[in-house]
Amino acid sequence: MRGRPLQRLAAKAGFGLSVLALVSPAILVFLWMLSLSLKNDADNTAFPPVFIPDPPTLDNFRDVFARNNFLLYLWNSILVTGGAVLVGLIVGVPAGYGIARAKSAKFAFLILIARITPALSYLIPLFLVFQLIGLNGTITALLVTHLVITVPIIVWVMIGYFENVPMELEDAALVDGASPWQGFLHIALPLAKPGIIVGAILSFIFSWNNFIFSVVLGGKTTRTLPSAIYNVLTFEQISWGPLAAAALLVTLPVLLLTVVAQRQIVAGLSAGGLKDG
Amino acid sequence: MSSTQPAPLDLPTIGQGAGRSTLAGPGKRYDFSRKYWLFAVPAVVTILAVIVFPWLFTLYMSTQDWKIGGGAAFIGLSNYVILFQDERFLEAVGRTFWFTALAVIIPVILGVAAAVVFHREFPLRGLLRTVFTMPMMATPVAVALVWTMMFHPQLGVLNYLLSLVGIPPQSWVYDPSTVIPTLVMIEVWQWTPLVMLIVLGGLASLPKEPYESAIIDGANSWHLFRHITLPLVWPYVMIAIMLRTIDALKVFDNIFVITQGGPGTASETINIFLYLQAFQFYKLGYASALVVVFFIIIVLLSLLLLHARQRSKWNA
Repeated sequence: MRGRPLQRLAAKAGFGLSVLALVSPAILVFLWMLSLSLKNDADNTAFPPVFIPDPPTLDNFRDVFARNNFLLYLWNSILVTGGAVLVGLIVGVPAGYGIARAKSAKFAFLILIARITPALSYLIPLFLVFQLIGLNGTITALLVTHLVITVPIIVWVMIGYFENVPMELEDAALVDGASPWQGFLHIALPLAKPGIIVGAILSFIFSWNNFIFSVVLGGKTTRTLPSAIYNVLTFEQISWGPLAAAALLVTLPVLLLTVVAQRQIVAGLSAGGLKDG
Repeated sequence: MSSTQPAPLDLPTIGQGAGRSTLAGPGKRYDFSRKYWLFAVPAVVTILAVIVFPWLFTLYMSTQDWKIGGGAAFIGLSNYVILFQDERFLEAVGRTFWFTALAVIIPVILGVAAAVVFHREFPLRGLLRTVFTMPMMATPVAVALVWTMMFHPQLGVLNYLLSLVGIPPQSWVYDPSTVIPTLVMIEVWQWTPLVMLIVLGGLASLPKEPYESAIIDGANSWHLFRHITLPLVWPYVMIAIMLRTIDALKVFDNIFVITQGGPGTASETINIFLYLQAFQFYKLGYASALVVVFFIIIVLLSLLLLHARQRSKWNA
């Protein structure tokens, strides 16, 4: 704030440069992904690299849809993530309410431990059980396993939100003869709507991005998008353009959500959701 | 229950403190007649089925010689004994610690710096912050595939960019000596934003008064940061360190997609080793013992950091 104009200008330039240094790695990687997906094969393997597609082509995207079962895997991802988020909300929102009102620290601690546990440790027993009951390689098995991701996130976010919903309104309703369930459904739940949105968004992102569960439990036709593009890479020698296009398509819903719901995501991550991310 | 320092991120307060404070807390809201625990029943059932049951089953399996297709035989603690003599495992542990140390320290330093930058008002701040947080939100597999293409020794864009500033081409993930630093680089790229968000939350809650009086006393901005900002946001930094440690120990997606533990075993961390034992060699009993040991390592390190955090809190 003090100092000569020249000094102030230098400080401003330095600050601008540090902002640039922070965001440019992110920009570089995502732009390169976009660039690869819009170039033909000759340009993608040229050296020195071609940065700006000239002319840009959508062939890679057409290729992704034509040559692979991309739409099937997309549908699988929607079923698994959508189902896991939905079930997560149905069981997680009332649980967050109950825990917040009962102040059950033990249960909250259990959720924390779930956050610490490596995903693979759920997979070995679940893999055996699913094999035993013939569910290996099914969408159902994947959906159930994804509850490991969605339930803790939603419960944790909801505890935080319900703790901030004042108790007085419900108390009044209970005095008037409402049941605790009615108090929850008609008073606390509407007030905690922002929390439900935050919990749904965060659990959607982490479930959508999950890779390992589908690698182990997904069958050839039931795997979700992340493990599907990984298998495309290893088993069919596919060229860079279609691969980048597929990668972009897989992560696009999440990136769009990040842009559209930035406020909710930041709120959720700093209100405790990050503990289960 | 509103305290002056709300700290929604406060791990130990939620985990341990809250239980005690309800007993003597104001309001006395815990009312057994209302049966609030009933609301948690569906979630408890779910968690018992997909989280607690797997834990217990893993413990049981770790004492078995379990072959896919064949039966299981009780072998006591043999899996554990073999594990601690397994040189490949011990090397994976050392490698994981080395990876974790780098993948915690660098993102935490950069993340605090980024938080200080994004705490200031400047044009396009919201948009740029969104861009900055994209790496942690993007699907890790998708991004890892792009990194793989960027690392290509001959055609990769990274070596070309280096050549522009006169740096010789690197072998990135294709050389045992550079593979871990390269994977750390991706981890830094991906997770610095999380540290930034946590610390940014801390910065937003800081009081203004200490700064005003310090500026009057003639402190420069480094002094302000070192002696006022940093001590005040330290609890948040500790949370970031703890989360980062837990996640770095568990790193899987990036390494599995890009190197699968290679070249050789040069990037084989505990989690990759675990995956190979369980789902490549199908030694499920052995892998279960490994899970138990891995879990203990993570919990011990978390408790250590929690302890450090408590101390730093008391000293503050």
